[in-house]
Amino acid sequence: MARTRNKGIELSRRPFWLLYILPGLALYLVFMALPLANSLRLSFYTGSGFQIDDFIGFDNYRRLFFDPDISAQFWNAFRNTWVFFGITMLVQNSLGLGFALLLSNKNLRGAAVFRTLIFIPATIAIVVCGFLWKLLLDPNWGSVNLLLQSVGLGKLAVPWLGLESTTLPVITLVSAWEWMGIPTMIFLAALQGIPDDYFEAAQIDGASGWQVFRFIKLPLLLPMVGVVSILTFTGNFNAFDIVYAMAGANGAPNFSADILGTYFYRTGIAGKHPVGIPDMGLGAAVATIIFIVLLVGVVLMRRFSSQDDSAKVERR
Amino acid sequence: MKPAMRLPRYLGSYLILGLWTILVLGPLYVMVINSFKPQIEIFSSPFGWPKKWNFSGYLALWNTGHFGRYFVNSLIITILSISGTVLCATLASFGLVNWRTKASSLLSLLFIAGMMIPIRIASINLLQLMKFLGLLDKLGSLLPIYIAMGMPMAVLIMSEYLRTIPKELTQAAYIDGAGSLLIFRKIILPLARPALATVAIFNLVNIWNDLWFPLIFIHADDQRTLMLGVTRLFGQYQTDWTKVLATLTMATIPILLLYLAMSKQFIRGLTAGAVKE
Repeated sequence: MARTRNKGIELSRRPFWLLYILPGLALYLVFMALPLANSLRLSFYTGSGFQIDDFIGFDNYRRLFFDPDISAQFWNAFRNTWVFFGITMLVQNSLGLGFALLLSNKNLRGAAVFRTLIFIPATIAIVVCGFLWKLLLDPNWGSVNLLLQSVGLGKLAVPWLGLESTTLPVITLVSAWEWMGIPTMIFLAALQGIPDDYFEAAQIDGASGWQVFRFIKLPLLLPMVGVVSILTFTGNFNAFDIVYAMAGANGAPNFSADILGTYFYRTGIAGKHPVGIPDMGLGAAVATIIFIVLLVGVVLMRRFSSQDDSAKVERR
Repeated sequence: MKPAMRLPRYLGSYLILGLWTILVLGPLYVMVINSFKPQIEIFSSPFGWPKKWNFSGYLALWNTGHFGRYFVNSLIITILSISGTVLCATLASFGLVNWRTKASSLLSLLFIAGMMIPIRIASINLLQLMKFLGLLDKLGSLLPIYIAMGMPMAVLIMSEYLRTIPKELTQAAYIDGAGSLLIFRKIILPLARPALATVAIFNLVNIWNDLWFPLIFIHADDQRTLMLGVTRLFGQYQTDWTKVLATLTMATIPILLLYLAMSKQFIRGLTAGAVKE
């Protein structure tokens, strides 16, 4: 027995295990980790086409933040991305929580069918989803507007993707339509993980539906709110396809739907391929800012949601 | 509580869920049904059943577009990438779980750190790298990126799963003189099948639906993936709605059918990492 255990320990220290890790590690380093590090480094250089030119320190950042020709568009995209995130949190994640609460009712027949249906859009490609809704919202055809007129809301039948005030919110709602299934399933899994004794005890104590939600479900859901917020945050600050499909690479009209993803595409990569890259250094600076925002945001959200965790433990 | 009392209480739930169901299925219905109508009918009666089933949109896709090419390209790159990710990640997880040193925990951390960081941020350097490797404008450029991009989540899922396989099982086999590769093939791979499915589905949806990397790497018509092709066709067919809707339908149906056939695995795969088993 002792010999067996020794052999086991010896085995777990043998470096040949590295050979198993190597193929995946090599691909991961060469095609993800190093390009990421290099892209961040490029933000300190001038660059056009495929050439790295001169080291210029923080000049790309200075241009991005303060150069009147550039900064207006950057800050506009930055602000729009936050709006995108805010509306998504408000609509998609609170509705998802609501659906999860409804679906977690064990007496609700057909809950499994609804669950399957709610998740359908999440399997559709984002571009396809965007194109489809672009057609539905088309002012010439406009199934959406036809429907609005038929129920007497003709006044609301506006060119949804043609007005500066409506384009971004409408695109956000389409994105929420597509991803609704994700928060719903995450919250639902958390609700279904609550032991039945909690509810039985609450019932014996005569707790109301609201009290059951407030004092049993909500505290146990809060860590999941953190998870969903992080997923939404990384998703939105990395989004591109939905705006590209519905409003083009410029976030038309007049950049009103331009987000960091499309702005990065235009500055750093753009359609000039394969001829060259318009302003590689500036694009790298945009990428670096997205990276920093994500890093700070995720760390903060994790801290908040783990504080919720500890508060919950203390209360118990 | 009497059953008669219960009915109105759930009525609200059904109303809300039913309304959302209509909102989900309505657009898909409009997309599919109108792809079988000529242009005039699409505009005159967008919600009705087609008077006569018209397959011209699909025939055009088949005959004139390069849709078939795009479809096959996507199929090839998706299958190769998933196989590569699953193989690399399972091998790596097997190594990480069994190799118990500081270096191995550091490597685990390195892999998992990649989950928080979207690979798109690295695009500018990836473009240079692909040009350097001579892979620009080639379908093959996507393969290493998709594998690398799949590694963090796959390693997380696989190593969590492999840790649940009792150590005694592999150690006993090892002491019996089986080599680690034999153990991997005969014991680990068969046991890891449920986790393999989760990893595969997670990557299937991400890769099949990806537009970003094909868009920035690929220009040549015969190298395009389905989503890049759909994007180009959407612009090209803009005025021919029958064709546009047929294109969108054809791009949606394969994954949709697969999802309906195995929705549980899909939901598990797409919420992997956020939802613990």
